[in-house]
Amino acid sequence: MRIALFVTCLADTLYPSVGRATVRLLERLGHQVEFPQGQTCCGQMHINTGYQKEALPLVRRYVETFEECEVIVAPSGSCVGSVRHQHPMVARACGDENLAQRAEAAGRRTFELSQLLVDVLGVDDVGAYYPHRVTYHPTCHSLRMLRVGDRPLQLLRRVEGLDLVELPDADVCCGFGGTFALKNSDTSTAMLADKMRRVLDTRAEVCSASDSSCLMHIGGGLSRLQTGVKTVHLAEILAATRAAT
Amino acid sequence: MSTYLGMPTAPEGVGHLRGSEPFPAAARRALANTQLRHNLAMATATIRAKRAAVVAEVPDWEELRAAGQAAKAGAMRHLDRYLEQLETQVQARGGHVHWATDAVAANRIVTDLVAATGSREVVKVKSMVTDEIGLNEALAVAGITAHETDLAELIIQLGHDRPSHILVPAIHRNRAEIREIFLREMAGVDPALTDDPAALAEAARLYLRRRFLAARVGVSGANFAIAETGTLCVVESEGNGRMCLTLPDTLITVMGIEKVLPSWEDLAVFLQLLPRSSTGERMNPYTSMWTGVTPGDGPQQFHLVLLDNGRTAALADETGRQALHCIRCSACLNVCPVYERVGGHAYGSVYPGPIGAVLSPQLTGVEENASLPYASSLCGACYDVCPVKIDIPSVLVHLRARHVDEARKERRLPHAEAIAMAAASWVMAEPRRYSAAQRAARLGRPLGRRGRIGQLPPPLSAWAQARDSPVPPSQTFRQWWRDEHRKPS
Repeated sequence: MRIALFVTCLADTLYPSVGRATVRLLERLGHQVEFPQGQTCCGQMHINTGYQKEALPLVRRYVETFEECEVIVAPSGSCVGSVRHQHPMVARACGDENLAQRAEAAGRRTFELSQLLVDVLGVDDVGAYYPHRVTYHPTCHSLRMLRVGDRPLQLLRRVEGLDLVELPDADVCCGFGGTFALKNSDTSTAMLADKMRRVLDTRAEVCSASDSSCLMHIGGGLSRLQTGVKTVHLAEILAATRAAT
Repeated sequence: MSTYLGMPTAPEGVGHLRGSEPFPAAARRALANTQLRHNLAMATATIRAKRAAVVAEVPDWEELRAAGQAAKAGAMRHLDRYLEQLETQVQARGGHVHWATDAVAANRIVTDLVAATGSREVVKVKSMVTDEIGLNEALAVAGITAHETDLAELIIQLGHDRPSHILVPAIHRNRAEIREIFLREMAGVDPALTDDPAALAEAARLYLRRRFLAARVGVSGANFAIAETGTLCVVESEGNGRMCLTLPDTLITVMGIEKVLPSWEDLAVFLQLLPRSSTGERMNPYTSMWTGVTPGDGPQQFHLVLLDNGRTAALADETGRQALHCIRCSACLNVCPVYERVGGHAYGSVYPGPIGAVLSPQLTGVEENASLPYASSLCGACYDVCPVKIDIPSVLVHLRARHVDEARKERRLPHAEAIAMAAASWVMAEPRRYSAAQRAARLGRPLGRRGRIGQLPPPLSAWAQARDSPVPPSQTFRQWWRDEHRKPS
């Protein structure tokens, strides 16, 4: 299958290994990955901070870049949530019904990575090898906007060598929330502290998720406290093989 | 937003709907209160588990939620018609109906009604709307004492405190603190009072019983009003509400105009949704309903005060109006990770938590409560549990946009933020500008030590207080992709 990658601005700029892992994984499964060069950012930060007018050009850019693509994948639940649920809303709020309908069509073909693998490509064993103790934070927008359910866990359970430990209170927000972490940084930090406590209680070496933004938040806290626990994106775990280690 | 053009203007709400400081500052203080953090974590975890268990018992819960949502949307669509029908029915059955545009008008109406009875005291059923309008304070100015009779409201009143939860207003207090309040403030209390819950409840019972028997005027809110028959409904756990609704000669009910339901069939839906969502019970112990005046039985004078106080203004907002569907169950508070950590007082309004963050700014006007729509990480847990499916995250985002748009119109946007957002939009609208910005971000690489950055300039310094940041990599993804695909394969 030809799959277009929407790498997301965060992974592109700060976590390129997540994008590379997504490409490596999909190619290993026999698919052809394209990277439309016109892509930039989904505009979620603008939308969630109240700047819908500023988000409109980004919605238009996404639609124009991806509307010819058959299947689009992004290694981020919250960016896919924004594409699917917020893009049409922003276009309508700005009075562009035509763009709203095009955004809806593009949104229907945009998938979060675990949804693409399990629902569209029909795989749960991707042939990965990752000999570490891992706990998984399911991320709010994957759970509650996209309803990915336990698809990431289905994939992780089939990874050879991986010791998957359940994260208590996994569905509770880590406190990131985009500009929430800046505007309400104290409350955000309190939420982060509780999330880190849960992660540390599992004695996992690695905390994984399928959203670089949540991982940046949890990982930023774990690093600051010198816990030694790493954050690793789901794509990187699924891309790892015996040959690559 | 364009939806406002040509909309009728409605009065904005006054009363206990705004705090004296923005949410982040109030939250910071609350976060440092160890006792509060502990009490809230315990209480919300308990009630969350109870709710989850009883909701799981109902096989058609999702259909019930959809029915509740549809019933409320229908009631709002023809609110004018149902309110007039309610008025006609209440009057036909011997009650009196008063219309109040705002808190000031409602307080004046109630004060005059109480004064006309000659009574200097009233007993009160737990009611959010009388907290909203500050009725107790208004009565006190007129020399009338209001006695709260809901146990938690009594704890708040005796403790000279403010409610911090819609359903459990004293959720921030534990039993040791309640014992201290009773010993200090409750006239005639046994000095040997312990903090055993049964002993505390008995002390309150004895104290309240005297007030019930002496009361000539009762004041209540209403959970629901049924337009087709003019029937009012109060749902409660303790039976103290039942005392206030039946013993006095005069009953005055203050009700937000959004509480009206067309029919008894609608009520059947909500009596299934509300107890399970609020107290986590299959059914609440006391459901009181009354229709006008029944000669020789119960209050012989009944007054219904219909309150707007910003509700018509909220109704004019197509996206925001769903906040008026709220049945005050408080399930959204109990699952909210922000509420659980900061408690209700930080929101500044009698309506705290996620629903408060969408309701209070709409009642007062967004500019009067501009920090509340941002008091959420948009995790969506509130939407999942709402019994009438209010899409709180979407309304929060919508209210943020209203705030920015109104500020933009008046040219008073938060400066640095507006510039940053405009710049980011300009950069990201064009891949070439975006690539240039990515190259600029790499200038931050020397800040990094051992793969992380510990300090950042404002406004990112708020992030860096508790979190390290990644060092920008030497190569972005798109550079890697170009390099890969330049190679002959």
